[in-house]
Amino acid sequence: MDILIVLMVLMIVGAIIAVETTNLLSSIVCVGAVGFLLSIAFLFLGAPDIAITQLVVEILCLIILIRATISRDLTAVSGDREFFGLTVTLATVLAVAAAGILCMADFPAFGQSVMDRITDPPAASSRYLAAGLEKTGAANIVTSVLLDFRAYDTLGEATVLFCSILGALAVLRRKARRRESEETEGDE
Amino acid sequence: MSELPANEGMSLIVQTVTRWLKAFILLFGVYIVIYGHLTPGGGFAGGVIVACSFILLTLAYGQRRGLKAVSRGVAGEMDSVGALIFLAVALAGMIAGGAFFANFIETGEAARFTLPSAGLIPLSNIGIGLKVGMSLFLVFTVLSAMHVAVSGSRRRMISRGEDDR
Amino acid sequence: MIYALCLILIVIGLYAVVTKKNVVKIVIGLAIAEYGINLLLILIGYRKDGWAPIVSPDMDPAAFAASSVDPIPQALVLTSIVISLGVLALMVALCIRLYERYGTFDVTEMRRLRG
Repeated sequence: MDILIVLMVLMIVGAIIAVETTNLLSSIVCVGAVGFLLSIAFLFLGAPDIAITQLVVEILCLIILIRATISRDLTAVSGDREFFGLTVTLATVLAVAAAGILCMADFPAFGQSVMDRITDPPAASSRYLAAGLEKTGAANIVTSVLLDFRAYDTLGEATVLFCSILGALAVLRRKARRRESEETEGDE
Repeated sequence: MSELPANEGMSLIVQTVTRWLKAFILLFGVYIVIYGHLTPGGGFAGGVIVACSFILLTLAYGQRRGLKAVSRGVAGEMDSVGALIFLAVALAGMIAGGAFFANFIETGEAARFTLPSAGLIPLSNIGIGLKVGMSLFLVFTVLSAMHVAVSGSRRRMISRGEDDR
Repeated sequence: MIYALCLILIVIGLYAVVTKKNVVKIVIGLAIAEYGINLLLILIGYRKDGWAPIVSPDMDPAAFAASSVDPIPQALVLTSIVISLGVLALMVALCIRLYERYGTFDVTEMRRLRG
């Protein structure tokens, strides 16, 4: 699809700008732009559920990133890490890219979905699409997969979200911070 | 504990627009949560929209007003209540239907495509929407409280003559 | 071809995670890699000129099952997007504490300072 290729090229350009620019605020805004383009790409790929979720989650990510970094160190840090570590890590990244290209040979051609390659017995997706409405009564098949056929995964996801928010609150506890600020004021 | 001055909020235009819009955003989020089994959306997207309405209130009017609408204790408790609703729905499925998460509310074929149609799914959506919304608003208030506090300590560092990095 | 572009997006995110000195840039690189991975999952489930997996009252079930896109990757990507939001909040909280402790976002400085 041509529109998808255009969107992905724009996303790559936005990602390169976000990674390379020295101004932190610009790079956060570019990440927001990449997220919005991704939401449009999801619409073209027949996933309106995901498009809504990606849009609002992107907005919240932008708010959290900007709110947390806006009055701090905006420009100074630049450059890359030291040389030997740099070559080794770049070699690792290239190895990951090469492995990805090798794996892509096994992918179905774009447009032929994975569930068409598994025909005997029929793939889980085909069974869910064929019987989803009668078995669960929900018109939105993605919701019925999330909350009825695969509800364990949703339970796990709620747990992960709970724990990560708990971790963020524990890191930002006020009591420990107050003790620390008394220390730094004490030893001038 | 000495409370550092809360942020004052934004300009008059933003405050006026927020005063009109915050109820609609909240209502839209609740709509997406409840109609999750008929139209695209569901608990996660709707919960994030509900959190965004409270975050808009906090950004436009300052932190004190935002915490007056939903305080930190209330947000934490509603977050846990949402998780418990989801778990209770799953256990009810086990008790009444024989398997964990079994969908035991049978609605007939005539009720398809209408609101009370998918059995346990709307209840799970409500639990998840409540949980996601309240926990994201809680983490936002804690992050922005830190923001105010850190800029205070940075000013102290600069006035002591240290290098501003 | 489209899979190659998606892989480039993932590799750009990975490159930012392993080579940048600013810790916020590392977080941004991780976010870009997550976008690329979610996009890859949806791409392999796409069916040519497929319909969204939502049933309308006037749809023939057999035609729907034969021409809709794959719903399972969409369900998994939905949870993945929300989990990435929670993990981003945790990472940003850690960045804030690091800035309070060391006064900078620079990762190399954080290795040298002690205590």
